[in-house]
Amino acid sequence: MPKTNPKEIEGKLIAVEGLDGSGKSTQIRLLKRWLELEGYKVFFTEWNSSELVKKATRKGKKKKLLTPTTFSLIHATDFADRYERQILPLLKGGYLVLADRYVYTAFARDSVRGCDPDWLRKLYKFARKPDITFFFELPLEVALGRILEGRPALKYHEAGMDMGFSKDPYESFRIFQGRIYEEYGRIFKEFPAERVNATQPSEEQQASMRDIVRKRIDLKRFKLKRGSRP
Amino acid sequence: MRQKRSYGKGLPQMDPSLLKGTLIVIEGSDGAGRSTQIGYLLDWLERKGYPTTVVGLKRSELVGEALNEAMKGNTLTPITLNLFYATDFADQLERVIIPALKAGFVVLCDRYIYTLMARDIVRGSSTDWLKDIYGFALEPDAVFYLNVGPRILAERNFRKKGSLDYWESGMDIQRWGGMYDNFIKYQTRLHRVFEQLRKDYGFTAILGSRSPISIAKEIRAKVEKILAAASAAGKAADRTEKPAPKTEEKAPAPKAEDRSPADKGSGSEETSQKG
Repeated sequence: MPKTNPKEIEGKLIAVEGLDGSGKSTQIRLLKRWLELEGYKVFFTEWNSSELVKKATRKGKKKKLLTPTTFSLIHATDFADRYERQILPLLKGGYLVLADRYVYTAFARDSVRGCDPDWLRKLYKFARKPDITFFFELPLEVALGRILEGRPALKYHEAGMDMGFSKDPYESFRIFQGRIYEEYGRIFKEFPAERVNATQPSEEQQASMRDIVRKRIDLKRFKLKRGSRP
Repeated sequence: MRQKRSYGKGLPQMDPSLLKGTLIVIEGSDGAGRSTQIGYLLDWLERKGYPTTVVGLKRSELVGEALNEAMKGNTLTPITLNLFYATDFADQLERVIIPALKAGFVVLCDRYIYTLMARDIVRGSSTDWLKDIYGFALEPDAVFYLNVGPRILAERNFRKKGSLDYWESGMDIQRWGGMYDNFIKYQTRLHRVFEQLRKDYGFTAILGSRSPISIAKEIRAKVEKILAAASAAGKAADRTEKPAPKTEEKAPAPKAEDRSPADKGSGSEETSQKG
């Protein structure tokens, strides 16, 4: 992959990771609102959202064409598209880039699906490490409870039904999330992360995240110039 | 015949010992004569009674269409393009090539991972990174690289289509200089990379400017040897396993247990015949 000199990068990258139901999306959105309202240059990107790739992923899921390897590669393609066209240029342009899920999501999910962890790390080698990764920690049962409470219609891949754990989507989801939970535990021994206690009240989680951001990032540098706000 | 294996970390849940077929790859630029040679080889194999299937890039059910669509726009960046192609290749490997090999087919690949790697190396990617990513690819039984000089390639493209292809001219990485000069430059660089890959992976280089028939004969002779070795190995295995029938190996149905869990229920058999 074409190399990027880290010194060229003025922006900062903040990512959130954690189980479904950990509340990370709510928290990163609140963080984004705060930074915007304070007048900083912010860009937000979320997992599996590239315009170029999304349609093919949807087709693959709908027609159940995906294997562990193609599931992993198509998500890597999606990520690469957002990375090359948005994340990296915006970072070079001096933005605060917020990512709802980053490469660690792929490391966790794809290795549960059977891909080799080492291969996955190499696959995503082109991606810059976040300046701050917030990992939302909570007991598995709490996360499961939050998702399953309303007995939602679980999607096939979301429930890990492709793994053949169980014919019952709810049971399958429990097993799948349990495996991902374990995998996340391993991943954040390997990579640095700020741990957020996701069982705390929302506003307390948000306050501690903002503290960390203020402490670790010199926010003044990211102020939009007067008159340049849209 | 040696047992099939992956270059690096293999696909999850694949048992290479079940892959009884033969994997032949033809590499070379547009205009090098790949389709002509594949056509000759296909006819010859089928005439001899070998079940054969042809696989090419950008033809996967999963992303073939999306990739073609994306290449028409102007937003594809290098890593994305490479991973898109990797996805396309992996889909065909798992759902076309491997089932066909299990069924004892000869699989003819019109280009393989080497083209994908070479294109990306020319665009600045590290060779090691690409070798890691494509580690899941199966090592073919033979790779033929049709080597044709850039000026002849250009000439053949003009004759066929009246113009040069945007991507095959490397227009995405160098716009100045005009299409013809860029085509020559790009193909020259590509050839240099291919020479390196040929050494690394040990494929057979074939001087592609010779007459198509003489090239076909050269390829045929090599393929014949591979098939003879495969058939001898197959018979030996039959003798040791079961003393019963002496009939030639028929194509057994792909076995279910080594399919990856994600494609349960999706028939991989019906996609395996394209050529």
